[in-house]
Amino acid sequence: MANEISDQVNLRFNNWKSDFPLLSSNATSKKLIYLDSAASAQKPQIVIDSMKSFYESEYANIHRGVYELSEKATIAYEGARKSVSEFIGASKVEEIVFTKGATESINLVASSWGAQNLTSDDEILITTMEHHANIVPWHLLHKRTGVKIKAVNIDENGELDIDHFHQLLTKKTKLVSITQTSNALGVNTPLSEIIDTAHSLNALVLVDGCQGIVHKRVDLQQLDADFYVFSGHKLYGPSGIGVLYGKYDILESMQPYQGGGDMIVTVTTNDSTYAKPPYRFEAGTPPIASAVGLAQAIKYISNIGMEFIALHEHSLMKYASKSLQDANIVKLFSQIDDKAAIISFNFDDVHPHDVGTILDNEGIAVRAGHHCAQPTMSHFGVSGTVRASFGLYNDFNDIDALISGLHKVKEIFK
Amino acid sequence: MSELRDLYQEVILDHGKSPRNFGKLESKTADAHGHNPLCGDTITIYLELDKDVIKDISFEGRGCAISLASASLMTGLLKGKNMDDAQVLFAHFHKLVSDSNKTMSVNIPTDDLQKLDVLAGVRDYPMRVKCATLAWHTFNAALQNNTEEVTTE
Repeated sequence: MANEISDQVNLRFNNWKSDFPLLSSNATSKKLIYLDSAASAQKPQIVIDSMKSFYESEYANIHRGVYELSEKATIAYEGARKSVSEFIGASKVEEIVFTKGATESINLVASSWGAQNLTSDDEILITTMEHHANIVPWHLLHKRTGVKIKAVNIDENGELDIDHFHQLLTKKTKLVSITQTSNALGVNTPLSEIIDTAHSLNALVLVDGCQGIVHKRVDLQQLDADFYVFSGHKLYGPSGIGVLYGKYDILESMQPYQGGGDMIVTVTTNDSTYAKPPYRFEAGTPPIASAVGLAQAIKYISNIGMEFIALHEHSLMKYASKSLQDANIVKLFSQIDDKAAIISFNFDDVHPHDVGTILDNEGIAVRAGHHCAQPTMSHFGVSGTVRASFGLYNDFNDIDALISGLHKVKEIFK
Repeated sequence: MSELRDLYQEVILDHGKSPRNFGKLESKTADAHGHNPLCGDTITIYLELDKDVIKDISFEGRGCAISLASASLMTGLLKGKNMDDAQVLFAHFHKLVSDSNKTMSVNIPTDDLQKLDVLAGVRDYPMRVKCATLAWHTFNAALQNNTEEVTTE
């Protein structure tokens, strides 16, 4: 069965790369080997076309006009909300709030739910492998409310120290805010155990799904997270749009995050009443065309099938790990089998930025630095790493090119 | 590859690997701390000033080959210079790595110009210019007794 599926992946794969104009055109001065999808993914033609066509024939502001065009735009925008809702298995479409990105989604929860419910007697658990977007909003909340932030350790492989989690989780814990997949290492967290245990103590769980959702299917009915956030641009959609999923009764209990048009019921000069979720949290004109693009991206990957993408990426990750090990010139972080297609590594004596520049000269785009995950870097005692991350459009040739690029680094820094 | 060799010249690789004037300066009269938040690189510059002359200078920190080599070459160059000469060198260096119109500064000994010139290749890598200039900006802060951390952002 597994072989049959990988044959199907191979058969289908050829078409995937050619769906992405930037990867098959001469947009860059050299042939581009793009290994930075964890920072942002490239966009398939079909997503670009959907936004172009939306602007050309359907664009107007939403929820406002009584004219046909505004109605069309509203249908497209609300249709995108439905696509997202179905894609992640929300129980109702009103549980999907559009934001400008996962960062804003987390800030929204911190500013609204956090400020409303948490005091200096309460604690929030995060982990050492979080992206800064799931650390700094809680620091800001701590300054506002005095709520305490505690971080669960990771081990020498970058995996969550689950014993430490159980140790830190107490009745004082009101929220566990945790990533599904580390953006710096590719390591997955044991979400089921975390969510079950947190719920048994009445703590809510926010899952940062930015890296998780792009590599495997997410079903929130099964996962049972209270909040789930992700960004459109990492999921082959446009930048400028993100999603906050929240269980409806929780969203309904939350105060607005920002005030403005479209999030109200009535406004006088003295006071205002607020719309129901999700509109309560979407003040002002939202990223309408980006929502259309995101819906198209979801359609695109759904047509391919998340299970095929996951299999393909897993084979890339395995091949890259093995190739890097065989090359024997870099140290790999988090060598574990079950992780996302993200690999962090370092030379003993070459700084990641120098590696990044030399690879760039070969047309290879990797990320070099701390990956907005400084606590993760400190855990390993480094200021940064080189990170190669793979998307559905990468292939074994890209990995071979990376290896030969790394040999060039070695040659220059001999 | 030729372009890359312009950036990673032997002198740079050598200074990057074994930076000169590295370590704390016990006799320091001023110091300043610099940081590049984008990559996490840090540097501390120590100065021993005798009136307006840089009697001694050293640095500590961590960074890429470009930033370590730049700090290493800078400290070697500035030792014994007076403050005015140092400012002229700083202005020249800044232009050298960031301005595509190559300008020749007057009043700088040829020997010093040659030493700085090895970093000129950075100009073709806009993302790396900050690696080369962090040491100089931090030196400038130390010179002016600026206690605020220097940041590239």
